[in-house]
Amino acid sequence: MRNGNGSGVSMIEGWGGIGVPGRELRSENLERVTERAVLSRGLGRSYGDSSLPPASVGEVVNTTLADRLLAFDEETGLMRAEAGLSLLALNRIFLPRGWFVPVTPGTQFVTLGGMVASDVHGKEHHVRGCFGEHVTRLKMRVADGRVLWCSDEQHQDLFRATIGGMGLTGHILEVEVRMMRIPTAWILQESRRVDDIDEFIARLKDASHRLPATMGWIDLLTRGKNMGRGTLMAGDFASADVAPKRFPKPLPRVTMPFELPSWTVDRWSVRAFNTAYYWKHLPREMHGIVHWETFFYPLDMIRHWNRMYGARGFTQYQCVLPDSAGPSAPRRLLEILTSRGGASMLCVIKNCGPEGKGILSFPMPGTSIALDIPVRDDTQQLVDALNEFVLREGGRIYLTKDQFTRPEHFRAMEPRLPKFQEIRAKWDPEQRIRSAQSVRLFGDKP
Amino acid sequence: MDQGARGPKRVVVLGATSGMGRALARRMAARGDRLHVLGIGDDELARSVADLEIRAGVRSGSIGWSRCDLEKPETFAGALEEAERKLGGLDVVVVTAAMFAAQADLESDPKLTQRLLTIDFTNTVLFCEEAKRRLLARGGGTLCVFSSVAGERGRKPVALYGAAKAGLTRYLEAMDHKHHAEGLRVVTVKPGFVKTGMTAGLKPPPFAGEPEDVAARVMRAIDRGTPEVYAPVAWGPIMGVIRRLPRFVMRRVGF
Repeated sequence: MRNGNGSGVSMIEGWGGIGVPGRELRSENLERVTERAVLSRGLGRSYGDSSLPPASVGEVVNTTLADRLLAFDEETGLMRAEAGLSLLALNRIFLPRGWFVPVTPGTQFVTLGGMVASDVHGKEHHVRGCFGEHVTRLKMRVADGRVLWCSDEQHQDLFRATIGGMGLTGHILEVEVRMMRIPTAWILQESRRVDDIDEFIARLKDASHRLPATMGWIDLLTRGKNMGRGTLMAGDFASADVAPKRFPKPLPRVTMPFELPSWTVDRWSVRAFNTAYYWKHLPREMHGIVHWETFFYPLDMIRHWNRMYGARGFTQYQCVLPDSAGPSAPRRLLEILTSRGGASMLCVIKNCGPEGKGILSFPMPGTSIALDIPVRDDTQQLVDALNEFVLREGGRIYLTKDQFTRPEHFRAMEPRLPKFQEIRAKWDPEQRIRSAQSVRLFGDKP
Repeated sequence: MDQGARGPKRVVVLGATSGMGRALARRMAARGDRLHVLGIGDDELARSVADLEIRAGVRSGSIGWSRCDLEKPETFAGALEEAERKLGGLDVVVVTAAMFAAQADLESDPKLTQRLLTIDFTNTVLFCEEAKRRLLARGGGTLCVFSSVAGERGRKPVALYGAAKAGLTRYLEAMDHKHHAEGLRVVTVKPGFVKTGMTAGLKPPPFAGEPEDVAARVMRAIDRGTPEVYAPVAWGPIMGVIRRLPRFVMRRVGF
């Protein structure tokens, strides 16, 4: 009934495990708790420092107690909720009723506010675009303290800068989004073993013409002819005539109980993991009905899977290489990683469709590649080398994953940045709303 | 004993807008119980009701709400009256609303102390008396009230809050004895540290629980008429030890 925001200094971390000392303000009442705050965060699944406060402030609003559904129209699927509502809760409530979010990232442990701030994309980006394409309105608290609604009709500049704006345009309080009708909660999936990266690029394009959701997992330890072998998965919600009659049962989850020592994440364990995963897929091609969690959120089955990377944590490097860079660009990027001895437990490759409406949104037409990289002494140099390549090829990086990009690289790969900064300056001339990431990359005051 | 097996219940919740009350109300609404929500702040109430309706998949307007302020005992009778009328009867009354303040703040501000003691003891008791009268008039029902493990022993860090909760726990125990034969089931919930808006900013101890876990346990206790429930479950054995600690040990430990 009465909320208190007391003290209690602790660590705030991103999902990569690299954190800062600071504290989170929590309240069921987002309007009240955001009054003087410089940043909001949700479930902390962005990998790097985008949800961490600037060092001089050390304080950030955690939105997860604000998780109420406020409106839902059974006819149109229009849904409005508080920003802290998790995708997990949303799926539990709406999947049994035949509704699904129009775009989902690879984990359910994200909030609605975070999905807007990162303008998340999914396996079906080439068909449905980013999450922001389906957002109709946002309720925000902006830097001067006002609470207002923005949309394509009202404060359009703020609306478009907020979609994919990493929380830097104000606090997202409520999100209105159009949900999608689904025939059943089961997925009709086809998957196949792929021998190398070039075949991957071709098959991704081919599968995306037939099925909305496509993605590939790549084993990064094979070199030469077989470089980039892996598994391609594609699918769509199954129609009622092929799906089982019952609603899918919840899947069991396991927990990574503690951090593994860093030395376990060496070349051998990564090799074993990837080889096992590759050969699990013994038949070249498989078809079947699978659980939606298996298809969309395979890593959610292991709670705290980030502990696998040990106490030093990890970073994820995700970039998109435009079609203009040619079909060999992904191979050349992977060669930079492997030539530097970089190991990646997880490499995910996806198709991207046209740019969305968010001014700083990540995707552009081309191929997206995401790499988990355990933090080592040479991580900075590795990220620099990858960024220099991406820059040359006209690509860009995903801010939600980033921790190591240098500001000069970021600026060079973001011709849209001046436009974004102009809108930010209009709504927040004193640069009150900011994050550790915007201090590092955008040159905000610390 | 097991009165919960008889299908959907008509439930009034004071405090359903936040924390453990919110989690419990969601759980009850989702399984088909009929709810009426009491609290302060029209906007907060309307938003919480919308949330419950969408989660339960019922049409808008099927869950009612009334203003009821634990600081204003004159609002109690009217709110319960309205709830009873809208629900067409009453099976369960739940009270989760309460106030928390840090011991240091309370000691430096007698007005704040008075407010906390009034809300957490005097007025909660007055509300329970009103609810009890209505339930007994119908031949019984369940009164489920959230007290706290802080009321189990006198402890330094929660001397005043704990005293109010101790008083409330003893009152509820007495009500259970007094009215059990008349069909009134009194369920006293004693949460340990639970991560809610009320405890936001406090450093969570080991075994800090989630509101959803508490809600699951409490719903079962309401169904079965269990008189006393610790939640989350780890606090039962912990308090078993704390209750038996000799005074000289309590003097030493900062717990």
